[in-house]
Amino acid sequence: MRQPVLGLLFAVLLGCAFCGIANAQEEAPAPPHQQWSFEGVFGTYDRAEMQRGFQVYKEVCSACHPVKHLYYRDLEELGYTEDQVKGIAAQTQVTDGPNDQGEMFQRPARPSDRIPGPFPNDQAARAANNGALPPDLSLIAKAREGGPDYVYAILTGYKDPPAGVKLNPNMYYNEYFAGHQIAMPPPLTQADQVKYADGTSATVPQMAHDVVSFLSWAAEPNLDERHRIGFKVILFLIIATGVFYAAKRKIWARVH
Amino acid sequence: MAVPPVSTPSSGFSRLVRWIDYRLPVFSLLEHELVVYPTPKNLNYWWNFGSLAGITLVIMIVTGVVLAMHYTPNADLAFDSVERIMRDVNYGWMLRYIHATGASMFFAIVYIHLFRGLYYGSYKYPRELLWILGVVILVLMIATAFMGYVLPWGQMSYWAATVITNLFSAIPLVGNKIVTLLWGGFTVSNPTLTRFFSLHYLLPFVIVAVVGLHLLALHQHGSNNPLGIDHRGPQDTIPFHPYYTIKDSFGLCVALLVLAFFVFYAPNFLLAADNYIPANPMVTPNHIVPEWYLLPYYAILRSITFDFLGIPSKLLGVLLSLGSLIILFFVPWLDTSRVRSAGFRPVYRWVSWILVIDVIALGYVGSQPPAGFVVTLGQIATFYYYLHFLVLMPLIGKIERPRPLPISIGTAVLEATGRLGTARPAERH
Repeated sequence: MRQPVLGLLFAVLLGCAFCGIANAQEEAPAPPHQQWSFEGVFGTYDRAEMQRGFQVYKEVCSACHPVKHLYYRDLEELGYTEDQVKGIAAQTQVTDGPNDQGEMFQRPARPSDRIPGPFPNDQAARAANNGALPPDLSLIAKAREGGPDYVYAILTGYKDPPAGVKLNPNMYYNEYFAGHQIAMPPPLTQADQVKYADGTSATVPQMAHDVVSFLSWAAEPNLDERHRIGFKVILFLIIATGVFYAAKRKIWARVH
Repeated sequence: MAVPPVSTPSSGFSRLVRWIDYRLPVFSLLEHELVVYPTPKNLNYWWNFGSLAGITLVIMIVTGVVLAMHYTPNADLAFDSVERIMRDVNYGWMLRYIHATGASMFFAIVYIHLFRGLYYGSYKYPRELLWILGVVILVLMIATAFMGYVLPWGQMSYWAATVITNLFSAIPLVGNKIVTLLWGGFTVSNPTLTRFFSLHYLLPFVIVAVVGLHLLALHQHGSNNPLGIDHRGPQDTIPFHPYYTIKDSFGLCVALLVLAFFVFYAPNFLLAADNYIPANPMVTPNHIVPEWYLLPYYAILRSITFDFLGIPSKLLGVLLSLGSLIILFFVPWLDTSRVRSAGFRPVYRWVSWILVIDVIALGYVGSQPPAGFVVTLGQIATFYYYLHFLVLMPLIGKIERPRPLPISIGTAVLEATGRLGTARPAERH
């Protein structure tokens, strides 16, 4: 039965032709592709890079953006020891309670606490940011078309507006943002905005790349495990497919 | 091959099995339906997709039941509970990705299965009810998949629910009442989520029941085959086990490879990025696009941009979109040809492939913002879809001259392998 296969190929090719017409009509510039350590079948997160990225998040982004799906305990996956994580957590005060007097109280955060955001609620966040709501960053690397490339492009895409473009008050020009007007002020503006402990030179592209790596981990913390298990599963299935195919050939030899 | 009557336990059974089987004939039933079940010997790989669909249904139910243990159907908690599954439940990410990607695989398999039925005329006498039950399963699958997509309560979940449920408001007189009933309120909100969760858990088991009927109808007359002629005796058939159990196992491995690739290396390829943003009734996404497997229906829905014979465009769009499924129920009577397999129908064979292109074109239209060329293409493709079923199918059956059919499956198989010593079929006809 070779004809159905040919027909299917024909149909798929024509389908692809239609899609080709479609792609000619793109509007916004696609974010340029960056190199990421977690790409590909054997991709893994780079621990040193993520620690630098976490530092950028902590010192820059966290002024406005929460990462509300992350707990301090998750930071061990960045390569920190248990004690280091306890130390990082203890730098922040969180509200707990009520205690046996019925009152809420402040205490240093523990690894089992969620990483608290900068604002108590969305209204407070808007009030502090000219009415704009800084989005939660724990899923940002998955929640935008283009993923990590897009987030990197936004962080490095600030420009002076072209002649004739009038920005609304409190808006900034960004090449890769839909409509080009973004309420977020340029977060990474100069080299050495953060001081890396490992001596890496903190250029703007370096900081952007590091923080996007951290945010990619925050959005998909199980990627390393997923890639590892997937490799074994696929290897097993390839062998099983071969075995079943050989068995099928042998059994069917009696019919042919 | 002599098939033992259902009530006689096979001599191969152990004493315990015979004891049970005498009282509860499950073992004879399994032997009869899965072991000795006579199957045409010439089934090609397109026939793998039926059992594959059944196995996928089981995968979906097993992963779904476990996911439901960790999921919270509440508008304030649903999104976070899905993230909790992804991060803190042991292998929760794997369960969810298998379930989400498995839905796509399920539809891909079922669409291939459906087209195989169309191409080889598997809906023709005496398999009309078998076909109709299959279409019932497809309709139930669409409802289940749609409600499942709402459960993560992301932006696309919320807005897909809003757009699709709103379609019912196009029904004259009672439309708005139905929409209120679906929503459990006056907008998509917590009651909508809880009832969708309940139904999303219920419907798969209804599907299992209909699959049971589908199999009952299938085993009554046995599988159709690529030649589309009835099997006439033992020389045309082989027992299901081991021939088709091994062939289906091989096919299953290949399908699992495809699934594993997506689950482990491209889990978000088929998911919308917007659905990682929590549902927000105040912000509408730029493009509200359904999952790929619903795009053709969505394209038909949006292609009707004009009122026709006093029917408002919205209602007509809804009717034609639903009609594209309903028309499938009538296929056994719309096709007037006596020949089952398109392999012997020189005109219909190509027309059925054009239908595939038409549906792919509709899928493309559904994925694009409706403007300019896309709208026109959608209208042409919608028109052709109906033309295929309402005009071409009945007409070609009447005017086409099919090629002569082989005398029996057995001779055709022997000729194809060259053992009969006569001319090959292509030269003879």
